Amino acid sequence: MTLEPVPAPPPDVDGPPGGSTAAGSVAAGLAVERVAEPAAPEGFDLEAALAAAAASDLSAPAEPLPLPASARRDGPALNGLIDRMVEVYPPKVARKRRRQLRVNDPESPPEIAANTRTVPGIITQRGCCYAGCKGVVLGPIPDIVHIVHGPIGCSYYSWMTRRNQVRPGPGVANYLPYCFSTDMTEDEIIFGGEKKLAEAIREAHELLHPRAIAVFSTCPVGLIGDDVHAVARKMRKELGINVFGFSCEGYKGVSQSAGHHIANNGLFQHVVGTEEPDLPAVTTPFRINVLGEYNIGGDAFEIERVLTRCGIEVVATFSGNTNYTEIATSHTANLNVVMCHRSINYLAEMMETSYGIPWIKVNFLGAGSMAKSLRKIARYFGDADLTARVEVVIADELSQISAEKDEIRARCEGKTAMLYVGGSRAHHYQELFRDLGMPTISAGYEFAHRDDYEGREVLGDIRIDADSRNIEEIEVHPDPLNYRRRRSGAELAELAEGGLRTKDYDGMMREMPAESLIVDDISHRELEVLIEELRPDVVCSGIKDRYVIEKMGVPSKQLHNYDYGGPYAGFRGAITFYREIDRLVNAEVWRFVKPPWDGEPLASALDTTA
Amino acid sequence: MLDHTPVAVMERHALRINPAKTCQPIGALYAASGLHRCLPHSHGSQGCCSYHRSHLTRHFREPVMASSSSFTEGASVFGGASNLVQALGTIFSTYGPDVVAVHTTCLSETIGDDIPSIIARAREEGAIPDGKHVIHASTPSYSGSHVTGFAAMAAGMVNYFAEEPTSSRRRKDGRTRVNIVPGFVEPSDMREVRRIAELMNLTPTVLPDTSGVLDAPATGTYEFYPKGGVTVDELRGLGRAVATVALGPQASRAAAVAVENRCYVPREILDLPIGIAATDRFVGVLRRRAAYEVPGELLDERGQLVDLMADARQHLHGKKVAIFGDPDHVVAMAEFVADLGMRPVHILTGTPGKSFEKRVGTLLAGRSPDANVRSRGDLFLLHQWMKNDPVDLLIGTSYGKHLARAEDVPFVRYGWPILDRFGHSYFPSVGYRGGLRLMEKILDALLDRRDRDAPDEEFELIL
Ligand code: SF4
Ligand code: SF4
Repeated sequence: MTLEPVPAPPPDVDGPPGGSTAAGSVAAGLAVERVAEPAAPEGFDLEAALAAAAASDLSAPAEPLPLPASARRDGPALNGLIDRMVEVYPPKVARKRRRQLRVNDPESPPEIAANTRTVPGIITQRGCCYAGCKGVVLGPIPDIVHIVHGPIGCSYYSWMTRRNQVRPGPGVANYLPYCFSTDMTEDEIIFGGEKKLAEAIREAHELLHPRAIAVFSTCPVGLIGDDVHAVARKMRKELGINVFGFSCEGYKGVSQSAGHHIANNGLFQHVVGTEEPDLPAVTTPFRINVLGEYNIGGDAFEIERVLTRCGIEVVATFSGNTNYTEIATSHTANLNVVMCHRSINYLAEMMETSYGIPWIKVNFLGAGSMAKSLRKIARYFGDADLTARVEVVIADELSQISAEKDEIRARCEGKTAMLYVGGSRAHHYQELFRDLGMPTISAGYEFAHRDDYEGREVLGDIRIDADSRNIEEIEVHPDPLNYRRRRSGAELAELAEGGLRTKDYDGMMREMPAESLIVDDISHRELEVLIEELRPDVVCSGIKDRYVIEKMGVPSKQLHNYDYGGPYAGFRGAITFYREIDRLVNAEVWRFVKPPWDGEPLASALDTTA
Repeated sequence: MLDHTPVAVMERHALRINPAKTCQPIGALYAASGLHRCLPHSHGSQGCCSYHRSHLTRHFREPVMASSSSFTEGASVFGGASNLVQALGTIFSTYGPDVVAVHTTCLSETIGDDIPSIIARAREEGAIPDGKHVIHASTPSYSGSHVTGFAAMAAGMVNYFAEEPTSSRRRKDGRTRVNIVPGFVEPSDMREVRRIAELMNLTPTVLPDTSGVLDAPATGTYEFYPKGGVTVDELRGLGRAVATVALGPQASRAAAVAVENRCYVPREILDLPIGIAATDRFVGVLRRRAAYEVPGELLDERGQLVDLMADARQHLHGKKVAIFGDPDHVVAMAEFVADLGMRPVHILTGTPGKSFEKRVGTLLAGRSPDANVRSRGDLFLLHQWMKNDPVDLLIGTSYGKHLARAEDVPFVRYGWPILDRFGHSYFPSVGYRGGLRLMEKILDALLDRRDRDAPDEEFELIL
């Protein structure tokens, strides 16, 4: 572990990375060696593309697609629909649920109750804090041995089920096909499990010699009072490797969301900034971290492919297709781009305070938003070569998919989608539907907060309740050795002025149609009513809902695991998704749900022989 | 694949790697879904319930419904009574089940919530409408496994509903009633044991019975409570049977004992009727209890299985097999492959319990003398065994696919869960017909491998 400051790039401490032409051109030159120069499609007018890109407001929300007449409901009809959704609940529950159901107004997003407790007994999609910490954020890192301290189930269920793909690269261990647990028994519940945990860490070390071991607490651990952090400290000393713990007991918070926060804190405290990169390998100032991308179905592979073509280097991805070293050196990146705002915004904020790395919100889902996201990165670096290169790549990539996209769009346009999933996905994937001309008639998150709906401007108004208060907010200061302000305040202001706001997310509502319905933490019952009443053409959700939806004769697309398809990010991912939606909404199978004789009167025996 | 697994076996005392079991509540949830118009309920934080529903859904590819007490930190400190009372009120008003089957989790067990008294309080407070039922099973996962969780909930159904018989044990149509606890098996298997019992002139009560629930048809309408499942009335009448046949001791014994204790119905504890010998024992017991000769239809099925065993034995004889999964499944499969002339050399379950080793020993009766047999094992150990003593075939749940790939061994998916193939919930493994199906799978796997590996000159059209 070395603690020396990172020498530039970029050379001037306060200056913009790649802002000087020297750095920019050097970088571009080197980038050429790594990847073939992208060729623009025939007839491409670079000057015009550059002018259009420069003039665009990259932070303005995309104009919502209007609802088709068939899906439009006026105010009273929508209120009637909401009444129906909650009518079976006890009155108190109905009142609570109403606060989580909103008729959208993109101009001025209505306040929605989010990140509140699920009523006991309501069938929810939500999981637990542990799932958010281990399952989502930490789990995908392949060369950490993740030991789950608790009874067997918690570890077993988070074993390979999120499809985090990885190409570990030479010398990087891959423990993802392994599941480690202390498999607590009654004895440990009664007498404490710290000894067994220490022994389990020792055994893992002896068997596998990993670079690092992470320990995750499950519900009973908190109750019996095991101190996983003390055990981790002790073992770190004993074994001489990084061992760190997470108090992510499942009962903390109200959903996976608490676990994301705890995971962010732990990564920040125990891994980020603990190693220095191999400097000769650093060749470009356009070095970014991709935050909140977990490489489900290979999304990160496609994102990396496109970024590499553009000459942008990914230092670390949090945390799909990455490794321990990349995360440990991620403080040397010059920009953080945030995909899943919900699960990783804490880390983006902490890294900005501590290392001076600004962050911008991106969305790599949807060809249109992929292009926009690349332009945001180029705009941030402000390098002429990079900007041009990005335009060429966008034009080239779009030209490769546009014919097929148009063909599919012709079959899908005007059909409608619903999305109830995750903490950012219900928003991100709307862009793919937008590419196909399919408006979203209703959407909602499983575990998001108000800012993910209404935008970060409401952050100051969010009431911190008891469930959030017990999640630690760590105090962060500029790192005495590694703080390097990548952009001055004035520069950031200038960027914002020109249409690139850093540190900002406008939320889902601003990009959704007026009078669409927003449903936070949708319950099984509400989903059924919505499908019955609005008859969407496709519903995006998770595995627990998939077969309910399809039993109703409506195609369902799982956006947690992609129905084992993907990738859907980037340009090639987008076309894969379009094909998938085409397959779903135009599928053969639904024709067979009713037998051909359905409703036909039975002919008499005489008639048939006649 | 699994590149970090060393060949040398190191005894581990604390670290479980790649478990061959999971936790009790998921078994309880599965069992409860085999009760008609029942909503399973998980008393704990909502994460467990979410995991259990997801996992069962992945296996059955059907909706799996269950609610949760959604503990937050407060409930974890002060106890979950008020969460459960509130949950019950909400459940009955929102989902209108006839029965709510509560299972506990590690969390509520560690806290020490007393479920029966909370249920009583909920009833007093009016959270449970008249004529509706709440039953429970205690299922902390720091003991047992998903299999014992299934056993606990099956026994819970008996304990809450079974009544001492007041009327005659004979049915008017002359058929004899029998109770069958089918084990932690597929809906297709439950359907098949029922069919076999009916062929034996019996009227079976299968408890639980997930057929018609977790293999429900697509009709364009979603049924929250599908038509399948054992009914409360049937459970009340358990005392009128001549016997309770428990298929698979680990998953089914507890319920059979409960019926015996409550209603004085004798129990018959059998292996899962998978393979020819175990099915023979099952049919033999039914024959005796029904006092009814085995009908031609069943004899023909048996004869077909014997025929296939004879036809295919040249491809099976002496082949070394590794088997893992749930104890009742593994015991039965170990016997079956031995009866097919194969040699089970690694036999492992994750569920604790020494009776497993004993039963395997008895059934193999020296036919595979140096076999590794282990309860409370894990797949890391099984993989190491396979590295040290390679096999020709691996039989087990989907979690075996990594081992099969790492060691390049043909693989037959068998047991629970199967997450990467289709059809298991529709086609049985039990009974003689199940034996035919398993043989087809085993032979396909072995012969596909033979074809793959054969040099051109040995690549045969006819095998
Ligand atoms: S806490 Fe217990 S019941 Fe819940 S998933 Fe973990 S092992 Fe299973
Ligand atoms: S026990 Fe707790 S940590 Fe484990 S799955 Fe259940 S809620 Fe999550």
